[in-house]
Amino acid sequence: MAWTVTTESPGAGAAVSLDTVSREWVTRLSCSGAERDAAVAELHELLLHAARFEIGRRRTAFPHLGGADLDDLAWQSADDALMSILRRLGDFRGDSQFTTWARKFAIVEAGVKVRRHAWRGREIPLPPAFWPAVTDAAPSPQQHAEARDLLLALQEEVGRLAARQREVVVAIVLNDVPIDVLAERLNTTRGALYKSLHDARRKLRTALAARGLGIEWGEQP
Amino acid sequence: MTGNVPDDVRMLAERLTSPEGPELSCEECFDLLDVYVERELAGAEAGEAMPAMRAHLGGCSACRDDHDSLLALLRKGSGA
Repeated sequence: MAWTVTTESPGAGAAVSLDTVSREWVTRLSCSGAERDAAVAELHELLLHAARFEIGRRRTAFPHLGGADLDDLAWQSADDALMSILRRLGDFRGDSQFTTWARKFAIVEAGVKVRRHAWRGREIPLPPAFWPAVTDAAPSPQQHAEARDLLLALQEEVGRLAARQREVVVAIVLNDVPIDVLAERLNTTRGALYKSLHDARRKLRTALAARGLGIEWGEQP
Repeated sequence: MTGNVPDDVRMLAERLTSPEGPELSCEECFDLLDVYVERELAGAEAGEAMPAMRAHLGGCSACRDDHDSLLALLRKGSGA
């Protein structure tokens, strides 16, 4: 069997050879019987380690949960990641090591579960929680005026966005609601919401430029 | 003009208007995340080679969290 697969990205049309370890993983997971069972068990162990690592990084998000609850979350993440990987094994093209490809499933599963857990039972705030005030401590009257004008323009232009775009901008950008939490509440996908956010940002850039307030971040030190 | 405004206002404006230019979707970001992180670990300029990926990571905090965790995990060593 030729262990060469074709990939469109990042090297469009390029043939990528699987490294020895990745090839072994794919072979064992693709067969049947005891060998496959052993490979699945090893893969689950790898995923559980990754999920525990991710949850350990985010545990401050839920101080009310004990160690057993957190480990249960890690197990759920590893289980779900394993199912996704086995379902998508044919998608693995060898652009990276198999273990890196597999671990990202566990990291993302655990990250989503952590964020959703942290927001469970909390309402999504609709009004902006934070519009910074322009204080008198601005270094100069000119800077104070420019900040006031920019802030006012931002508030007005956010208010002019289409309802869904405004909802997404306020929740994600102004109120720091995780995008996958908002997607779950709105019964949509993370990708669809990000598209709305991307379009809203483009509208805001255009609107600010039309007001002579084009964003030129290169001015920053 | 934004170079003259206080940092908190400037940062808010940046979060509301950037990234600029082509960027990936969350699904495309997931598909390429392993490749991007391995390039970073190899010391390559992953962002230069994959600018749309870099742009997305700059604008999507959830994908950036996933990226940071995978990178940290691999840097730490798998242990598995």
